[in-house]
Amino acid sequence: MNANQLLKGLFIAIPLMTLAACSSTKGVDDADAAKGGGQISQGANNGVEIDGIERSKSPEEIRQEQVAALAQVNMVFFEFDDSRISSSAGQILQQHADFLVKNPNVRVTIEGHCDERGTPEYNIALGERRAKAVVQYLQNMGVSGSQMTTVSYGEEKPLIRASTNEAYAKNRRGVIVY
Amino acid sequence: MTMMKKFLTLISTAAITFAVMLTPAKAALEIVITEGMDSARPIAVVPFRWKGNGPAPVELTEVVAADLLRSGRFNPIPVSAMPQRPSTASEIDYPRWAGLGVEAVLVGSVEPNGVGRYTVTFEIVDVLRGQITGGTRVLRNGELVRSHDHILDARTSVIDDSQFRQYSHRISDVFYETMTGQRGAFMTRIAYVTVNFKQDKPYELVVADYDGYNEQVLLRSPEPLMSPSWSPDGSKLAYVSFENRRPQIFIQDIYSRKREQVTDYSGINSRPVFSPDGRSLAMVLSKDGNPEIYVMNLATKQLRRVTNHHAIDTEPNWSPDGKSMVFTSERGGRPQLYSVNLDSGQVRRLTFEGEQNLGGTFTPDGRQVVMVNRTQGNYHIAKQDYPTGVLQILTQTALDESPSLAPNGSMVIYSTTHNNRQVLALVSVDGRFKARLPAREGEVKSPAWSPYLR
Repeated sequence: MNANQLLKGLFIAIPLMTLAACSSTKGVDDADAAKGGGQISQGANNGVEIDGIERSKSPEEIRQEQVAALAQVNMVFFEFDDSRISSSAGQILQQHADFLVKNPNVRVTIEGHCDERGTPEYNIALGERRAKAVVQYLQNMGVSGSQMTTVSYGEEKPLIRASTNEAYAKNRRGVIVY
Repeated sequence: MTMMKKFLTLISTAAITFAVMLTPAKAALEIVITEGMDSARPIAVVPFRWKGNGPAPVELTEVVAADLLRSGRFNPIPVSAMPQRPSTASEIDYPRWAGLGVEAVLVGSVEPNGVGRYTVTFEIVDVLRGQITGGTRVLRNGELVRSHDHILDARTSVIDDSQFRQYSHRISDVFYETMTGQRGAFMTRIAYVTVNFKQDKPYELVVADYDGYNEQVLLRSPEPLMSPSWSPDGSKLAYVSFENRRPQIFIQDIYSRKREQVTDYSGINSRPVFSPDGRSLAMVLSKDGNPEIYVMNLATKQLRRVTNHHAIDTEPNWSPDGKSMVFTSERGGRPQLYSVNLDSGQVRRLTFEGEQNLGGTFTPDGRQVVMVNRTQGNYHIAKQDYPTGVLQILTQTALDESPSLAPNGSMVIYSTTHNNRQVLALVSVDGRFKARLPAREGEVKSPAWSPYLR
């Protein structure tokens, strides 16, 4: 933060403190507030303009925000009895790869899941192949293998518990867990 | 190996956290017979006569009749249809039973024998033979004696009141073996996994009598449990637990609750199966790249690799002589069954019919393999005969998997879907008898039939 910014910050901080004092007195005097007299609401036009500075985030906070955003799109889906990465899955994995390459200390677990068709033990093997396909894809985009571990849950942890094609499509998935 | 030893923690603290009180519950599994009673032989299980004062302590014969009905081989006539209530062979009025088409009658009595102890006597009587020769005098070794060859078996035992269910299953075993020549499998248990997402710990490893009674939860976990498998003496279960957020193989003593973690390799640790001699554990590990079959010597924890192929190899099951295994492999493109000779390492493909064949298990005589067959997208339990190679589909239910055979090879228990829920079901090895075992709630899967218990 340079000196100019600091000064600007102070100019804004002082009126803010005044306002805070006002509002605290208002808080104790409920009767006054009820009458509507002397009400000073924050942000109302009493001739002042309020502004703030953006507090700079720590690298850790930035990373956490990015992880939270990535966690919203942390699944890729597969065809039946198949472990190939589709182009739409590739786009999702690209975002994760970009982040993981820039943050080589971040480690993730790649889960592989299946729909309920096929035997549970075969699906454990298939789920691992899906998880490894995700790992391979991310590695090809520059992510270090040491950042990733895999676990296959087979058909044991369905996302949607139903025996429909829609449910199956959602259950055949790879999940990136931060 | 030293690495491996580090992971081997006898009775780990986790065991205490996860192990659950052995709380007996009433039967969670009912039985709904869906097919096959037309081929069952009509018999009569006459309620045993109570020779004590007051009400009878328990009805042994209800359990026996249920056992014999559930075997698919016998159709006990209802008590209300019985023409009389004999308690010994000498009281039987043969023409009246023969007139009903009844082949055999079980009669007996229960008598008090001290506090909480009872003398149980029973006879298994051949109705046709009884009608012809029963009680007649025949010449034998130059002497005129009373013929008893219509009495197929007769026994007397003293039991205490905690043994009624067990002794009922014993009577069923004797009856079954007398009438079929095959050993009965009524004194057995089943292990299975239940999943109920309404619970904090949805996954439970459960053991029950083969008929669903005396259900006991051996383990509750927030994470998946898979693939229970019995030790040949019926005292231990091997299984896979994800409690540490990755698959690991455990062996748990079902009586002492002692638990041993057997594996913690990177990647897949799946499908543990005890060898017929109980000294080794087959398993699937992917630590060397992709899923391969290994055999662990349980005394030394030494691993021996059985398969070596870049395709998926999984679902090992021992032949009854322990010299070979059936397993599922994708080496031909799609999952099919193969056998491997454990001495020579020679691999042979077993199945060719259908899009996929998985989860193979030998019948106890080693002459057939029961499996999951996928044809036109449908998963059914099937049986293949050797050396003819003839494949027979046994079931018509949906999404059938995890077949496990009764130790006498008469019946397969498997997991299927009914009304959008996973339930257990039974099918006889000849495919005639079919039944469902619906649970109270939640899903039931991965059934494993125990060996004979004593």
